[in-house]
Amino acid sequence: MDDEYDVVVVGAGPAGSTTARFAAEGGATVLVLEKRQEIGTPVRCGEGLSRGLLDEANIPLDKSWIAAEMDGARIISPAGHAFDVDESKAGVEVGFVIERDLFDRALARLAAKAGADVKVKTSVIALIKEGEKTIGVKVIHNGERKDIKAKIVVGSDGYESQVGRWAGIDTNLKPSDIMSCFQYRLTDIEPDPKYTEFFIGSGAPGGYIWVFPKNEDTANVGIGVAGNMLKNGGEVKQYLDNWIAKNPRFSKGKQLDMVAGGVSICAPIDRTVSDGVMLVGDAARQIDPMTGGGIANSCMAGGVAGKVAAEAVESGDFSADFFQRYEKGWRDILEEKLFRDWMAKEKVVTLTDEIFDKVISALAEVDMTNITVFNILKAVQDKHPELVKEFEEFL
Amino acid sequence: MTIKTDANKCLHCGLCVGSCPNNAIFLNEVELEFNDDCISCGVCVRLCPVGALDMDGGE
Ligand SMILES: Cc1cc2nc3c(=O)[nH]c(=O)nc-3n(C[C@H](O)[C@H](O)[C@H](O)COP(=O)(O)OP(=O)(O)OC[C@H]3O[C@@H](n4cnc5c(N)ncnc54)[C@H](O)[C@@H]3O)c2cc1C
Ligand code: SF4
Ligand code: SF4
Repeated sequence: MDDEYDVVVVGAGPAGSTTARFAAEGGATVLVLEKRQEIGTPVRCGEGLSRGLLDEANIPLDKSWIAAEMDGARIISPAGHAFDVDESKAGVEVGFVIERDLFDRALARLAAKAGADVKVKTSVIALIKEGEKTIGVKVIHNGERKDIKAKIVVGSDGYESQVGRWAGIDTNLKPSDIMSCFQYRLTDIEPDPKYTEFFIGSGAPGGYIWVFPKNEDTANVGIGVAGNMLKNGGEVKQYLDNWIAKNPRFSKGKQLDMVAGGVSICAPIDRTVSDGVMLVGDAARQIDPMTGGGIANSCMAGGVAGKVAAEAVESGDFSADFFQRYEKGWRDILEEKLFRDWMAKEKVVTLTDEIFDKVISALAEVDMTNITVFNILKAVQDKHPELVKEFEEFL
Repeated sequence: MTIKTDANKCLHCGLCVGSCPNNAIFLNEVELEFNDDCISCGVCVRLCPVGALDMDGGE
């Protein structure tokens, strides 16, 4: 590890490794710092990834990290009505269940191959600033303090992100913008090995319960609950435990691991750059607020950030003004969808179990050959005209 | 008032860190550190998925 780099990337998740790869490919000297002792573990993820997004997300397909290939996704209402979103009908929305630890390490390896230096067990504890401008990071590397200078610091430090706040970028979230998540990997259960399952309704207020199969008898069984629905610590785990206990397909399951985590479900934030700093991935709140999926989005934004970092090094300009190229670049790809899905989510969280049952059972009855928002609304309208006013704004 | 962590429950997930409105928490890999900026709003306590946090000194 040297004392000075063009680009220092804080956090070796999908966002950081992708940014590092593109910056290094563009000719910048790059250092990736990861505070964990092993990249990718522990896995804090449901491990669902859309197949159709890989190219757009700069993710080279690699069989080593695919656990299972899905035929589709199934949405299940409180009373048990199920609506299947098959890949053939919906195109890109379904895909793989992955091995997230192998996935993260594969992306880190690509960054290294492109020329980036990578250090684990190295925690960034502060930014070094010159006035408002960030010019490096303070780190603890294997217990030793060290200063590292950088022309650009990339904050890809995940949900817990400090880099943005240290840089004066407002990344704060209200409780209603936060999904509090908890997940077991259960074995000796009965998942559908070809479908990801999403259970909606008051069993997971403001969120949902997911079952993402790893194989015939093992799955990630998790829950997200909106922060404003929580009164006491530990409720999220309790919601999931209650649901599992009542569900004979899963109640005899044995635990292989348990993880927790936070997911942002906010509208796109106003600013993700400052002088010398770019935020990428969960740190920039780029998660999809409807699904809570953030892997592909992180890699999409990482591609833009890496290229802009290399351009900045070439032109010698590391100002927030120059980084508007990144700000505009990632918004061109993601902002409209994030905003639309945030609007939809804000609506969905107001629906009752009764409405969920009506909507899903209406959808389950029609044979939809082409799943679009319009066709979905049409099917609901045919069966329950009174409900469509709830969704008028999406037409 | 300070926040107390139950190390037997905490999964070091960072949710409380990212959710704190005053950036009063730092996750040192497997150890939470609270600083003086805590305003006792209770968000971290309520949102912790496993109930590992508590307000020290009562409500
Ligand atoms: C329970 C749960 C389930 C999820 N399920 C899915 C899913 O099925 N599909 C999906 O697409 N998304 C899912 N997500 C979201 C997805 O995990 C994230 O969007 C994704 O990991 C974001 O990548 P990232 O690189 O931005 O951040 P991360 O993957 O969180 O990486 C950030 C890295 O930065 C490191 N770091 C943090 N601070 C520092 C520091 N100060 N110094 C050095 N290193 C630091 C961290 O250790 C970490 O390795 C889920 C999230 C949770 C919590
Ligand atoms: S939210 Fe709870 S489990 Fe997660 S790091 Fe904070 S105290 Fe630990
Ligand atoms: S009580 Fe509020 S201010 Fe204090 S650490 Fe928790 S979230 Fe932060």
